[in-house]
Parts: sequence; structure tokens; C-alpha cells
Amino acid sequence: MRRTHRANLALVAGTAVVAMVVAACGSSGTSTPSSSSSASSSSSSGALTASAPGITPTTITIGSHQPLTGVAAPGYDEIAPSSDAYFKYVNSRGGIYGRKIVYKYLNDQYNPALTSTVVHQLVLQDNVYAIFNGLGTPTHLAVAPFLNAQKVPDVFVASGCECWNSPAKWPYTYGWQIDYIREGKILGNYIEQHFKGKRIGYFYQDDEFGMDGVKGLDAEIPKSQVVARESYDPTNVNVGPQVTKLKAAHAQVVISFSVPAFTALLQLTSLKLKFAPQFAVSDVGSDPITLAGLLESFAKQGGATVSGNALTQGIITDGYLPSLGDMSNSWIALFSKIHKEYLPKLPFDGNVAYGIAAAYTFVQAMFKAGRNPTRQDLLNAINSGLPQGPSVAPYAYSATDHNGITGAYIAVIKNGELVQKGPVLVTDTSPTGAITPYTTPQPPAPASGIPAP
Amino acid sequence: MTLARHVGAALAVAVVLAILTIRLGPFRDYQIAEAAAYVTAVAGLTYLIGLSGQISIGHGAFMAVGAYAAALLLLHLDWPLEAVFAASAVIAAAAGGIIGAAAARLRGPYLAGATLMLAVALPSLADKYAGVFGGDQGLSVAVTTPAWLGTTFPPTRWLAWITCAAALITLVLLANLGRSRIGRSWRALRDDEIAAALSGLNVARMRMLAFVVSSACAGLGGALLAVVTDIVSPGAFNLALSISLLTAAILGGLGSLAGAVWGSLVLVFVPTYVTDVANSHGLSSGASSNVPIAAYGVVLIVVMLVFPSGIQGGLRRLLGPVAPAARPPFNALRRHAPASEKQEEGTR
Repeated sequence: MRRTHRANLALVAGTAVVAMVVAACGSSGTSTPSSSSSASSSSSSGALTASAPGITPTTITIGSHQPLTGVAAPGYDEIAPSSDAYFKYVNSRGGIYGRKIVYKYLNDQYNPALTSTVVHQLVLQDNVYAIFNGLGTPTHLAVAPFLNAQKVPDVFVASGCECWNSPAKWPYTYGWQIDYIREGKILGNYIEQHFKGKRIGYFYQDDEFGMDGVKGLDAEIPKSQVVARESYDPTNVNVGPQVTKLKAAHAQVVISFSVPAFTALLQLTSLKLKFAPQFAVSDVGSDPITLAGLLESFAKQGGATVSGNALTQGIITDGYLPSLGDMSNSWIALFSKIHKEYLPKLPFDGNVAYGIAAAYTFVQAMFKAGRNPTRQDLLNAINSGLPQGPSVAPYAYSATDHNGITGAYIAVIKNGELVQKGPVLVTDTSPTGAITPYTTPQPPAPASGIPAP
Repeated sequence: MTLARHVGAALAVAVVLAILTIRLGPFRDYQIAEAAAYVTAVAGLTYLIGLSGQISIGHGAFMAVGAYAAALLLLHLDWPLEAVFAASAVIAAAAGGIIGAAAARLRGPYLAGATLMLAVALPSLADKYAGVFGGDQGLSVAVTTPAWLGTTFPPTRWLAWITCAAALITLVLLANLGRSRIGRSWRALRDDEIAAALSGLNVARMRMLAFVVSSACAGLGGALLAVVTDIVSPGAFNLALSISLLTAAILGGLGSLAGAVWGSLVLVFVPTYVTDVANSHGLSSGASSNVPIAAYGVVLIVVMLVFPSGIQGGLRRLLGPVAPAARPPFNALRRHAPASEKQEEGTR
């Protein structure tokens, strides 16, 4: 043990010397004055060192677990390649203080046992600096304790479970997308105001995702107005019983916290049972392009033909990234540019935007962490707050709050795009916390497409 | 005599494993621990199918029983690890007894169907009683490395040690059982149930016993897997797990404990190895994520073509009488196959 340790030290020292020479020769003009909050451990100029596991003078290696095959793959398998596309974009324009990001994402098939295996591999064998955007609530819950025990930054988990905000228990874990409680409150508030006295039914996934959403909805919608609460198990594709009960309760509005496949099943089953309520679907399950595709392919499997576009028309949802159709928005223009350059084979949908936006946030945090960041520097950078980026509302990040995006806007799907209704709304996760409009306009994307250090 | 030989072999393997876990890196230790958990479960299954001639497509369900038992015991009662493992095996054995009682009345495809149903249905109980079983996100299992090993001792090496110890003990017990009167009785009723009954064997009881033993192994395997992966959740005990246990048993060579080891090693190491190779050759993520699945299929086809009696059977053929015998494959499947297969008497 001790010998290898010493050998490692020698190696580190050796590379550091080489790096210093290289830096002195090549890049005297590129060093930028850094105003990093964690500048104590990293000088603003000078050699790039192997300052932490996964960081070499030339690379930053990060890892992730993603469902690349299996039930959760349709749609979600676009996220990691999209993040990777943004990292390539940054790498081709100087990287992060000259280091290139190497993004190694492994397939866990949305199976928690496999998540555990691939994350152990990434941490113990591939020695990644951080786990970035690990996807899924049940899957990521399998590894969050391990990552925190190993003191590996576990940043921007791809799930809106409020559970990632446990800084005392899991100081290394951070959420990113709007948490399902906030989302439920914002959706519930809109429905309560615009469908006064109507009979409301819930349809939700039978886990933390659905239950957090319902928690938020219940904070806004009077209990007496809710006529049915139906949950589904994501492994059982027959939602007939639930839809029958929603219909029997004469629900006029059905609010759904479901993944895209189950939003499609809900709609198709309702169609079959001649049940036509107003649908309101949370962001996760309402990406119009993914949803329309699923609706058409499921209907085809059942021997019917439907127009996905027509069926998604009029669904109420919410969004925390700018609407994809809005090309005048500088962020969407940036996403579109990266999509055209690196991801020509993927549809330009919400998953692509999600992957790029999350990657942007990581690059923001890495720039802030300094030239030669330790793992703690990354935590410090996030804990001291990140400036608002691609999202329409600011982040909640602080030393005591590890939630990400704090607000969203209500939208209606029209011709495959989100049409914003009303202002961006921000709120907190408490049942009594007010929902307030956020009127500060979203800062535009930097012209270079890369966050300023 | 037999016992001494088996214990001796197990001790030799234990020494090799100890050296391996110290020499290899922490992730290899993790994989060894994972493989040991699978070995435990597959060893029970290979006996069930290869020795007693019954098939189970639902052994993942027994692993789930053991895993949840272990998680609940650790969470609520904070029992010592050895006691937790023993209790998990006992609880899974009880579950196996119930299923076995039904299984003793079922044959061939009907038994396969019943166990298949178990594999599909059981994990959803965790969602149904989310208060106890933690629903879809499951229960987390935390095992700390004992203090006497020091604070710098790699946790995955400790995991590898305890899982390998449990696996080796299981293998020794099974090896002895296989050579005992019970093992001989199982073989007798596998080869000809009527003849076995005529010779005075209580067929139903022996069949049920086989189920109890193999589900105890699966339960222990599940408990080990829970400790290794830090979590038990329904998603980890899906149908694919049951099928891969069956695959490992057949791949290794039905009825052979060494075969169970080979099969489990393939199960654990081939996907990781192939993913590494695929990633390092710059394949697109869409392609490289499917390569391990394809490679697994190819390995399966090649082994079945080249070594119809599994890896252990193949080794035995190559090395002569040195390697212990593997049973001819598919006995459990074949004896209840359609009547077109002439040499089978079939019991209807």
C-alpha cells in the first residue's frame, strides 16, 4: 500500500513538473484572472496539477449512470449524449482552464443493482472526479450513500426527488431540475385558480416521484375538490383500472405525475374508454415530441392509428427551460447550434435540451471551483450559489440547500411546442410557502456558449 | 472422508481468494463479492435443476426474499451479519417450502410457469406494502467494516471476504449433500420418478426438500447481494435476474457446483469487460450499450454449441477425468418435453 502511495506521489510530482513546463511554453496568454470563491486552494495562474482524483493536467474525468437500454431508455437515452455534446463543444473551445472533460456514462438499464455495479466501477476503477447527472430516483438512491461515504461529488442528479436535498446526511449530493414538490405546487396552483370548483383526479407514479408531486398538489388544491387519487406501478402497463376509476369519479381535470410512456398509456386508455378530461402533466412526462412518438407507436402496437400531435394538443404542463420553439431565446439558439453540430441524428426535443442545460451547469460549477480544484472546491463553488443559467428561474444552491432550479412557468402544448401561460413562478418546498411571480428577465446565454470563469 | 476433501478444497480456494482480493484493486474486489453472491444462488439452482430434475424460472424471487429479510433485520434489529445471513437463508427456505409443496405437484412447463409467475409477482409486493418494504426505492443496507481491520481497510475487500466465505461454506455443504443419501435420492428421482418411488423414496418429500435447499441458497445469495450493492429494491429483482441465474446454471453445466462458479463469473465479468472494450474502441453510445447484451448472447450460443453440457462439462471432456463430473444438460427440461422425444418416458 505504502509503496504504491509513494509511487503515485512521484508520478504526480513528475506530471506536475511536465505540466509546468508545458504551461510556461504554450499558454502564457490564456491564463485568466480568476475571482473564484475557493481561490485559497488554487492560484489564479500557474501550472495545472492533478489536484484531485479524476483530474490530470489535461483532463477532468467524470462519470454517470444512465438507462441506455431497457424500459426507461426511450427518450432518456438522449440525455447523456447531449451532455457529452456540450462537453465536446466546451473542449473544442479551450475546455475548462485548458482541461478537457472526459464524460464516461455507463448503462444501468434503470436497474438499481446494475447502478451500484457501474458506479462502483466508475469510482473505484475509473477514478472519476465526480458523478454527474446520474439518472433516476430508485437507481440513484442505490448509490448516493456510497458516493457520500467515498466523498465523491454527486452533482446534479437527473431526478426531481426532494431527497437529494439532504446536506446534513449527504453533503456531496445535489439536485438540479425543479423538485417535484415545487412543481406540484406550481401546477396545483394554476389548476386551482383556473378550474375552480371542477372535479379533479390525480394519476401518479407509485414512488417518490409521484408522491412528492402529490405533496405539492395537495398544498394548493383543496382536498374536497380531489375526487380520485390513482397511482400506477411503472412495471405494469395496464392502467385500465385506474382510468376506469377516474372516469367513474367524473373527474373533469386529471393531473398526472407520470413518465412519458405512462402519460401516453393514460391518454390512450382514456381515449378507448371515451373519457376526455382536461389533462395536466408534469414536465417529466410531457415532452411533446417524445410523447407524440410514444402515442403513435403504442397505438400502432394496439392496431390503431392516432395523431400524436393532435392528442398532445391542449395538455397543460410546466417548463423550467425556455420553450424549444422559441428560437429568439439565446439559450434555445445555443442548444440548437450544439444539436446541429454534434447530435444531428437525435430529434431536437426536451431531452436534448435537458442534457445540454445540465452540462452547462456543471461547466459553470467547474469554472467557479478554480484552476486546480479539489473535490471540496466543487462543493464550495456550488454551496456559494451558481448564477442563473439556461433555466428560467434561479437555483436554490447554498450550504444548507442542495435543491436546484426553484421555479417554472405554466404552459399549454400547441402543435408540438410549449406555449407559455403567464409569468415564471418561484416557490419553496414547504406546504405553506407562497408562489410568487419571478419577473427578473432570464440573463441571455453568453455569446461563446461557455459560462464565464 | 468426503467432507475432509471438500473442506480442504474450500480452504485452498479461500487462500487463493484472499491473495487475489489483496492484490487486485477495489473494483475487482467488488466484482468478486458480486460473483460470490451469484455463485451462492446459482449453486442452489443448479442442484435443483441438475440433481432433482425440477425447473425454476423464478429463483430471483427467493433472492428477493432473502435480500429483504436481510435488509429488514439489519435496519430494525441490527443483528450481527452472520445471524442476518443465516436468518435470510432460513426465511427464504421457508418460502421455498411453501412453493415446493406446490411444486411437488407440478411438472415441467407447469412448474416453469408457476415459478415464472412468482418471479413476476413477488417484487410488486414491495410496492404494495411500501411502508414496510420502502416501495420502488427500496431499503438501503449499510454494512460497516469491523473496527479491528483498521480505518484504512478497503470496504470492498471486506465485502469480498464475507461474501466469499459465505459462498464457500454453501458450496461445501452442497457438495456434501450431493454425495449423501439425499443427493443420490434426488438423482434417482430425476432419472426415473416411478422407479424411485418403487424403490421406496418419498418422491414428493424429496422434491420439496430440493426446493427448500435451493431457495435457502438463493435467499443467502440475495442477502449477500443486498450487502454488496447497499440496497434492496424491486427493480433489482426483476425477471431478468431469474433468467440470468438460470442461464448461469446452464452455461456452467447443470448439476455441477464448479459449473455454478463458471456461470456466475461469466454473468459478472463478461458485461463489464465487453463494455470496457466497446468504450475503448470509440463505438457510439447506442452501439456500445448494446454490445454487452449481444456478447452475452454470443457466449451463450458458442458454449452451448461447443460444450453442450456447459463449461464444466466441456472442461471435463478436455481435461479427462480430472475435473468433477457435470450432469448432462437440460435433463429437467427434456424429461417433460413433448412426446416426440422418444427416449423419454415422461410422467404425465
